[in-house]
Amino acid sequence: MTGTLSSARTVSFRDALREALHEEMEADESVILLGEDVGRYGGAYAVSRGLLERFGERRVIDTPMSEALIVGAALGAAMVGARPVAEIMYMDFVTLAMDNLVNQAAKVHYMFGGQFNAPLVVRVQQGTGRGAGSQHSQSLEGWFAHVPGLKVVAPSTPADAKGLLKAAIRDNDPVLFIEHKGLYPRKGAAAEVDHVVPLGVADVKRTGTDVTIVTWSNHVHIALEAAERLSADGVSVEVVDMRCLAPLDMTTVLDSAGSTRRVLVLHEACRTGGLGAEIAATVGEQLFGELAAPVRRLTAPDVVLPAHTELERTLIPDVEDVVLAVRDLLSS
Amino acid sequence: MSVFDQDTRIVDVSTLVRLYRGMVRIRRAEERILELLLQNRLSSTMCHVSIGQEAVAVGVCDVLRPEDYVTSTHRGHGHFLARGGAMSALMAELMGRETGACRGRGSSMHLVDASIGHLGSNAIVGGHIPIATGAALWSSLTGQSRVAVSFFGDGATTEGIFHEAVNFAAVRGLPVVFVIENNHYAMSLPWERATAQPSVARKAEGYGIIGVDVDGQDVLAVREAADQAVSRARRGEGPTLLGVETYRFLGHSRGDPSTYRDREEEQRWHARDPLLLEKIRLSAAGVAGDVTESLEREIEAEIVAAMEFAEAGPIASVDEVFSDIYATPLGGDQ
Ligand SMILES: Cc1ncc(C[n+]2csc(CCOP(=O)(O)OP(=O)(O)O)c2C)c(N)n1
Repeated sequence: MTGTLSSARTVSFRDALREALHEEMEADESVILLGEDVGRYGGAYAVSRGLLERFGERRVIDTPMSEALIVGAALGAAMVGARPVAEIMYMDFVTLAMDNLVNQAAKVHYMFGGQFNAPLVVRVQQGTGRGAGSQHSQSLEGWFAHVPGLKVVAPSTPADAKGLLKAAIRDNDPVLFIEHKGLYPRKGAAAEVDHVVPLGVADVKRTGTDVTIVTWSNHVHIALEAAERLSADGVSVEVVDMRCLAPLDMTTVLDSAGSTRRVLVLHEACRTGGLGAEIAATVGEQLFGELAAPVRRLTAPDVVLPAHTELERTLIPDVEDVVLAVRDLLSS
Repeated sequence: MSVFDQDTRIVDVSTLVRLYRGMVRIRRAEERILELLLQNRLSSTMCHVSIGQEAVAVGVCDVLRPEDYVTSTHRGHGHFLARGGAMSALMAELMGRETGACRGRGSSMHLVDASIGHLGSNAIVGGHIPIATGAALWSSLTGQSRVAVSFFGDGATTEGIFHEAVNFAAVRGLPVVFVIENNHYAMSLPWERATAQPSVARKAEGYGIIGVDVDGQDVLAVREAADQAVSRARRGEGPTLLGVETYRFLGHSRGDPSTYRDREEEQRWHARDPLLLEKIRLSAAGVAGDVTESLEREIEAEIVAAMEFAEAGPIASVDEVFSDIYATPLGGDQ
């Protein structure tokens, strides 16, 4: 990690993202924003509020509702000199821009023999917690982590959000930047202008000796709370925040797993084909003989998410579930 | 010297010869590519030729400036060559050489050349239409006068992205020309079964922009319509839908006997071979046969040299197969 964290100032996740956009737009004329309601409305989750007023219509572009066009045009502009940051209002709507992201942006650099870069960021908001229903709550990061050529980022704290967004904007590859809707109001230490977090590097958010929890995005906080509860019983939990989901920093995971010998992979996305499977498989392959117990996964079940907030809540692993899973892992 | 053709278009003879030459160059290259394909000398089995459609690529590219952009399709050899792509880069790419347009990774459907503003041909039908639109967006945001041209087939107009991109370009008045290279079939599906509004000009009305239906076998007609569209775009007057009516003389790809077309229809279109029409115009303008014969010889020499270049180049190496997945390698400096 480079740059400075401010001990005095705290800031929300939302404001940290806005700071990153603001600073990068100040620093580099080629950074533009585009998407639905990013300008006059300030973004559906208010991340880009004030940026239209500051940077004008040339750099903050309200597009029609056309997800494929938003990502596709961002790519075209990126190929000829822009550094676009496109916003897709909900991760669920990226399905309408799959070609543009998966077949186009991810392929441009390799397929064309390195002649073109695709330095674009696609910001999306995802996750449960608001009863947003089957078509506004999914966690689809695993799909995109599966595509070589894309980078996928999912920060958990304001400082990481800022530092990673700045890195994503400066990166020469297409980056899918995932913001959990539950994180926007969450406060944390603020990061200063020079705070840039390199992509592809996980972060140990809490050190521990008995169990490693590997997680990302909103579930980092659930893991940290569970770790706190468990510490009262003398259980020492290490929490690895992946931060970047493609490529995965397995070095950090394996280091931690090698020392604790017990691993729980925790995520909000449903189970089958989720990234937890990839991480668990890799830990198993690399450390089979050294582990004290099989790697465990704690995830949402394979279910269509209902809009009913109470039903939704029962489906997503919470602190209590994590505590139980860790205890279970320790007893095996 | 100038000629006054039947439509009262004034062009000089050198333009007529240049256009003819451009079309012959594509035709002969693709004839050779088909031979190579049948001899299994290409690195990939995917190959779509544009024989019969050469006037579209040549007529449009003739009015572009070096700084302009194009995007193209799976049937893109002609666009690549007409835009100024090197015959040697084309042949080397098709033959899987490191010296090819995409270092041997793209083959027939992914030709590209950043140095001439060719932003790539694309194997997802319609997938590149927003890329040209985005390039035009950046041109307009930065006050440049670059124009982007997107070539695509009739089939691409029924993809959703066509609507999104044309609508966006229209509402923002972007400098982009959408060239609908209407060869009347998307694989087997005829145009009249793909759309209830066959006129591209009429489609354009719905988007609030100018649309033109053009005879795509007449290279001068294509050139003139493209010239107007590109000039409008360059003046900041927004996009145009150019509906260029043409015909692919051969099957969709290798092994397509075109059973869905009737032979009488094919013959009608063959009679309007764009090379033939232009040759007639050349002789009416008094261009002697030795001019066309010598350009044939030059083109043959260019193709032979390109094939020699290709064969002399190193085959794309498996050692390099993991390079360039990312432009910014990880852990690298940000
Ligand atoms: C999105 C997508 N759907 C289907 C295909 C398979 N396919 C390749 S070319 C083609 C027909 C395209 O027709 P048109 O756009 O008119 O171009 P043409 O082949 O006639 O030049 C089809 C169906 C594809 N490559 N991409």
